[in-house]
Amino acid sequence: MSELTITLLRLGYLVLLWVFVLSAIAVLRRDLAPRGTPRASRADRRRADASPAAAPAGAAAAAPAAPSRRSGPTRLVVTTGPLTGTTLPLSTASILIGRSPGCTLVLDDDYSSSRHARIFPQGDQWFVEDLGSTNGTFIGDTQVSGPVPLAPGVGVRIGQSVVELQG
Amino acid sequence: MSAAVETPAERTVEPTERRPARLAELFLLILALAAGITAFAMVGRSVTGELPGDFWPVSLLLTGIGVAAHVVLRLRAPWADQVILPAVVLLNGLGLAMILRLELADTKGAAAWSQMMYTALGAGIAILLVWFLRDHRWIRRLTYTAMLVGLGLVVLPLLPVIGREINGARIWVNIAGFSLQPAEFAKIAFAIFFAGYLVTNRDTLALAGKKVLGLQLPRIRDLGPIIIVWAASLAVLVFERDLGTSLLFFGLFVAMLYLATERFSWVLIGLVLFGAGALVAASVFPHVGARMDVWLHPFDNELYNAVGGSFQIVQGTFALAAGGLFGTGWGEGYPYLVPYAFSDFIYSSLGEELGLTGLLAILLTYLLIVQRGLRTAIAVRDGFGKLLAGGLAFVMALQLFVVVGGITRIIPLTGLTMPFMAQGGSSLLANWIVIALLLRISDNARRPSALPMRGMVAQGGAMHDPIVVGAHDGATPGTGVPVRRPAADAPSRGSTPSHPTEAISRHPDPPTGGEHL
Repeated sequence: MSELTITLLRLGYLVLLWVFVLSAIAVLRRDLAPRGTPRASRADRRRADASPAAAPAGAAAAAPAAPSRRSGPTRLVVTTGPLTGTTLPLSTASILIGRSPGCTLVLDDDYSSSRHARIFPQGDQWFVEDLGSTNGTFIGDTQVSGPVPLAPGVGVRIGQSVVELQG
Repeated sequence: MSAAVETPAERTVEPTERRPARLAELFLLILALAAGITAFAMVGRSVTGELPGDFWPVSLLLTGIGVAAHVVLRLRAPWADQVILPAVVLLNGLGLAMILRLELADTKGAAAWSQMMYTALGAGIAILLVWFLRDHRWIRRLTYTAMLVGLGLVVLPLLPVIGREINGARIWVNIAGFSLQPAEFAKIAFAIFFAGYLVTNRDTLALAGKKVLGLQLPRIRDLGPIIIVWAASLAVLVFERDLGTSLLFFGLFVAMLYLATERFSWVLIGLVLFGAGALVAASVFPHVGARMDVWLHPFDNELYNAVGGSFQIVQGTFALAAGGLFGTGWGEGYPYLVPYAFSDFIYSSLGEELGLTGLLAILLTYLLIVQRGLRTAIAVRDGFGKLLAGGLAFVMALQLFVVVGGITRIIPLTGLTMPFMAQGGSSLLANWIVIALLLRISDNARRPSALPMRGMVAQGGAMHDPIVVGAHDGATPGTGVPVRRPAADAPSRGSTPSHPTEAISRHPDPPTGGEHL
């Protein structure tokens, strides 16, 4: 066999090894991608990008909630992530979100902490608070640290999921 | 994996019993087998000019092992991780090809066919384990049995009749003509024991103690277990003269302690203890000191020519250098110039013929297995499974580090084997058992649960008393201490609070072990 063939075989074998490694990594990447349908999640991301424009202002976010004081939001809806479409009725109780089985909304998500965040009513307003989670809770691109007022329709990102108040 | 059931108004989420097709595993398995079988053919072509004599039996057996394991996983562990098996088959195939190549070059001791038999035996045991062990939590009842078995296995090589000392390390036993390295099996037994022990005792080890410089230090009296394991691993170092095994056991314990308690202080204490022990051993015991000299001054002419000196490690370094970036190609190098090129130094043999590019692919394949193991530990719900999967994955990573670090002179050279590649029956059998356990745990971790805990809303929606942050008067809450308000104050709006644990305990198969890790 000629020198060229040997070299090609030698390099071809290394390519084969790397094809294996890279295919395996491609398989692993499926774990990282959000499990919702890509189209839905992209739409949600757009909505999440658009709506919290008012949220960081705090007072501005509270203003749209004020007219609907009597009715207020009636449910918490998961808009992105494996549980998309899940709905919880709101009461006066706070809602605990995380992986722990003791939470109100239990997420099947390795990127959320066991007790990740809490959404709770205070006066006429709902607030969201991060409970010291590892990966953080986000409204748009802003990380939630202390209790932050949460207006209806504003997406809160927890791990791979986005939840929002509706109604 | 849970899939959403779509109904127009309100969608509820229920786990559906749809079994994964495991096509990803099949595809990767085909690639892995292709890599292994191509290597057999290339080895034969370049060493003897034709296919090696064992080509067809070895290729068919390897394919049979892969296909059988794949079918059994489909039947008995359909949710198990899909990357682990192909990665193991690839590593095993590459190891076989290198041993075959050395055997064709008439290297004394290289025996590809016996390695093939041990591969078949190991895979067979792994398949049986996956088939008959339906739930890894069953192993937890063997916690203290595993401790006794592990200690027995460690002591075995020191016994007078069956113990064997080979190349200075007394880590072998010889029973009925078969040589065994009991430490390889002991590491599994110890992983089981540590997992069972730590899952019950981790609270004292994690919580008690005072804080110094931001580190939560344990109490003096809680240092007992780590001191015992430290003394045991030092005893292994002194009496069996094996740094690798000693490092493996101690590292396993410290890593699992860290996994169980999340206290970094344990890692620090472990490192300090082992460093001190190793330094004292190196200065007091001549055989340990000799290893250190070989590590620090391998190119010293006197050491290079001494019996048991640095000849092997220097030749291994030369082999790696000869390989360069892309290697010489299968069968084109001179790996047989290194003593034990087929077992302890198979890494440098592969480095010579596949080059750095090939070595990095191999190391990444190991990394994939370890990552899948750690990922399984994150995903599985019971504490015992978490610790066992984490411990087994870590011990494989540590073993690889000790072997590769020894050959590349990052740490002193030890007698550990490269999992799945180096020639040796004990190592192959033990590591296939580790893989079977990891696959079983990952199947349980990824299996959709019927428990009302994952991806489901607890009955009645909210079940906690309303917790008010800050003052009662409805002002903007500060970041103060939560104030608990009696549930009776809250006007109930339809939903009655229910406690989630009721829902769980009604289920016939409640999870055992701690849930919060």
